[in-house]
Amino acid sequence: MNLALADLMPLLPEIFLLTAVSFILIFDLFLSDARRYITYTLTLLALLGCGWLTFTTATGMPTYAMHGMFVDDMLSDVLKLMLYLTVAIVLVYSRDYIRQRGMFQGEFFSLILFATLGMMVMISASNFLTLYIGLELMSLSLYALVALQRDSAIASEAAMKYFVLGALASGMLLYGMSMLYGATGTLDISKMAGVLQQGLGNNVVLVFGLVFIIAGLAFKLGVAPFHMWIPDVYHGAPTAITLFIGTASKIAALGFVFRILAQGLQSLSPDWQSMLVIMAVLSMAIGNITAIAQTNLKRMLAYSTISHMGFLLLGLLAADINGYTSAMFYMLTYVLTSLGSFGMIMLLSRKGFEADKLDDLKGLNQRSPWYAFIMLLLMFSLAGIPPTVGFYAKLSVLQAVVNAGYVWLAVVAVIFSLIGAFYYLRVVKLMYFDKPYDHHPIKPQADFGVLMSANGLGMLALGILPQPLMAICAYAIGKSL
Amino acid sequence: MLAGYPLLSLAIWVPIIAGMLVLATGSDRNAPLARWLALIGSVLGFVVTIPLYTQFDALTANMQFIELARWIPAFNIHYHLGVDGIAMPFILLNSFTTVLVVIAGWQVIQTKPAQYMAAFLIMSGLINGVFAAMDAVLFYVFFEAMLIPMFLVIGVWGGPNRVYAAVKFFLYTLMGSLLMLVAFIYLYFQSGGSFEILDYQRLPLGMTAQILIFIAFFLSFAVKVPMWPVHTWLPDAHVEAPTGGSVVLAAITLKIGAYGFLRFNLPIAPDASHYLSGFIITISLIAVVYISFVALAQSDMKKLIAYSSIAHMGFVTLGFFLFNSLGMEGGLVQMISHGFISAAMFLSVGVMYDRLHSRQISDYGGLAKKMPIFAAFFMLFAMANAGLPATSGFIGEFMVILSAIKVNFWYAFLAATSLITGAAYTLWMYKRVVFGNITNPHVEDMKDVSPREFSFLAVLAVLILAMGIYPKPVTEIMHASVNNLLAHVALSKLP
Repeated sequence: MNLALADLMPLLPEIFLLTAVSFILIFDLFLSDARRYITYTLTLLALLGCGWLTFTTATGMPTYAMHGMFVDDMLSDVLKLMLYLTVAIVLVYSRDYIRQRGMFQGEFFSLILFATLGMMVMISASNFLTLYIGLELMSLSLYALVALQRDSAIASEAAMKYFVLGALASGMLLYGMSMLYGATGTLDISKMAGVLQQGLGNNVVLVFGLVFIIAGLAFKLGVAPFHMWIPDVYHGAPTAITLFIGTASKIAALGFVFRILAQGLQSLSPDWQSMLVIMAVLSMAIGNITAIAQTNLKRMLAYSTISHMGFLLLGLLAADINGYTSAMFYMLTYVLTSLGSFGMIMLLSRKGFEADKLDDLKGLNQRSPWYAFIMLLLMFSLAGIPPTVGFYAKLSVLQAVVNAGYVWLAVVAVIFSLIGAFYYLRVVKLMYFDKPYDHHPIKPQADFGVLMSANGLGMLALGILPQPLMAICAYAIGKSL
Repeated sequence: MLAGYPLLSLAIWVPIIAGMLVLATGSDRNAPLARWLALIGSVLGFVVTIPLYTQFDALTANMQFIELARWIPAFNIHYHLGVDGIAMPFILLNSFTTVLVVIAGWQVIQTKPAQYMAAFLIMSGLINGVFAAMDAVLFYVFFEAMLIPMFLVIGVWGGPNRVYAAVKFFLYTLMGSLLMLVAFIYLYFQSGGSFEILDYQRLPLGMTAQILIFIAFFLSFAVKVPMWPVHTWLPDAHVEAPTGGSVVLAAITLKIGAYGFLRFNLPIAPDASHYLSGFIITISLIAVVYISFVALAQSDMKKLIAYSSIAHMGFVTLGFFLFNSLGMEGGLVQMISHGFISAAMFLSVGVMYDRLHSRQISDYGGLAKKMPIFAAFFMLFAMANAGLPATSGFIGEFMVILSAIKVNFWYAFLAATSLITGAAYTLWMYKRVVFGNITNPHVEDMKDVSPREFSFLAVLAVLILAMGIYPKPVTEIMHASVNNLLAHVALSKLP
């Protein structure tokens, strides 16, 4: 077995990141606390380097490496570039927040980068084993990140819960994979698709395995009824980590779902479609209705995530190119909106004070009209009200689901999005109609402020011109699936 | 000369850009600048719509001033604008009302005037977009985006119960429009991938599909009109909104619902429209008869005018579903006339409210002694609201009643009762507010209208009289479009 250098080309970004994170891990040991910003800068540079490598090595055609264990195609390139951007934004938003809370340490950055590496492997995997390795690398780093604030009881509880339930889900996934292996005789995703297309394989074993796979995926995406961990982890984790879990890991989960369902198990789509229908309805119902009762902004956004993942399933369950494109568009816009919403919590927080209660938003329009406006755009985007981009995300998944013949499901979805509009409106109400009780000036660092403004205005800009992002998604899906 | 200019785009974007400039003036220290900028912006926004009237070709029912550009090719969505004789008058009405609203809010709004003015300017542009959009998604975007500024206007500058009213307004309207979105998506696939409203109008559809589509559109527009029994958001929103908000709500946004019936329900689902016309006529008559009695019982002036708006809009929907040109034109005339009259009534209440800070009828009395000029204006507006001949309020109601007689005597009879009840609730309120002895000592201190107030009341008075005496300039522009629509609705679309 000889490894040609050319065979490693598709892996270049991963190899680079692994090298970079090992270097940062060791280099950080020699830095004093006052110089820790060098680690921060190096982390951003590592992401930039990955972005450059991914961009320049993009060929448009799927390229396999490591004997078909790993694939580099348009889908993986687009998702990875989005991932680097997301992680970079997370780092900028988190910098002051973690510094004020004593987490501005080397471990934070190396764990974030290891998790990112795991996500990249998940996105690019073309074999169940690779998928699983990527997933575990990501998950283990995330468990540690949640527990990073070790003297916080609520964070430790969240980490424990996340770990136990996450391990259970990984186990289910692994069990499902072994079933599929038993039925088809291969772990390679494209070979498995070929076997299934010919109608080979024991159907009972296949469906049995499929159920476990779907359960595992549902856990990672956070859709009902496998959503229990989401509110506790989102609430308990330090907001910087919540931001990371709520955005970057969702992109990876989407790649993961595409690899398994769209590439591997496309032939079984009649079987998994009906499961996704049930989970989509449950997620939209539980997410939207429970969110109304929340008083904590992070918990509210956690339930909102569950409902949004339900909407995402609407695109997936259409099980065609159109549906996958809409799901991808939905996920990317959701990630951008979510970055801003959790970022706003950190923008309003300060040393010794967490602005994570809904009441902390009271009277924001009087304290800072500009950031109130930004938050308004983000909330209306989450609610799917035009002219923000959230509307087009909703439009695209609804048309996918109507196209697949589920008009009733579209009606159910819009009814739940009406219920959902209520709690987003409540946020706007608190910011604009109520009087502030907190009068601390809101003065973020310049880069944070600019990025946050761009993030909010991006909702409007993408809402007025959504075509480029839609075209990118359509291109990536069309070239890869 | 102006034919080459994108007039409709100007009508949409001039107010929106002006609104953003006003918003950019920022803090309350720059309030005078914000006010003047808003006035210039609103006047400019009105001026750019005037060529729409002067260059309008009244002989054709085709869309005019068309603008077409690719917008979102992924879903075949276009930036497609155009107006016919049904839509064009409302763009003018809306741009004109915005000027009034800016003037009316000049001194009254002291908290964050820049945001207030900007909200109205942006809303004005969005509403023009609603009337001009020829692409379903473009229409929907304007239709919903418009809710955001109105939500803020009610919630920030409204009365004591404003939060409840604002949220109720938003959720009610959103409920209707989301089902419309599903209908659009369904039609998108039925028409083979088009979001063009005109394509939908030509599309053959089965009866079940037509009825479901009709219901989806109906829910969305009936909430907006508002028709009984989904009218309950309106009194709340009207009462709690600041004067400018009430004016725009009554004069413009209610018309969007009625306009939606003409643009979507009737042409896209003509067979369902005929099939369900009895139902629509029934609830329209309930609005006319029952809501008039509800208005009679109100003690709050704004609430009274709000209920009177619902009753008057009942005439509009009644006229549309009689399926003859007199009724439909009567409904349209009633819409424009009500735009003037309700604006005038709410502005008059605003004038009183600014002095006494009360909307209760019982707090007033004897106003004629202290504010004679105002009392004269208010008299005219009250008469117009009651439908007195020679005011615009008479024309529309009369046309609708005439055409109802042709269809069914009892429709006409029930509709005509509102001429009596309308006079009763309006004039009784007028009597209690303006005549009699001064019982409230604060009324003694009330001063007559300022030149600023005089200006907008006088303009509206002239318009109400002019339209009442010579309505032809309005009816002739809509004639061709109405006849075309009726001819279209008369043909079955069943495959």
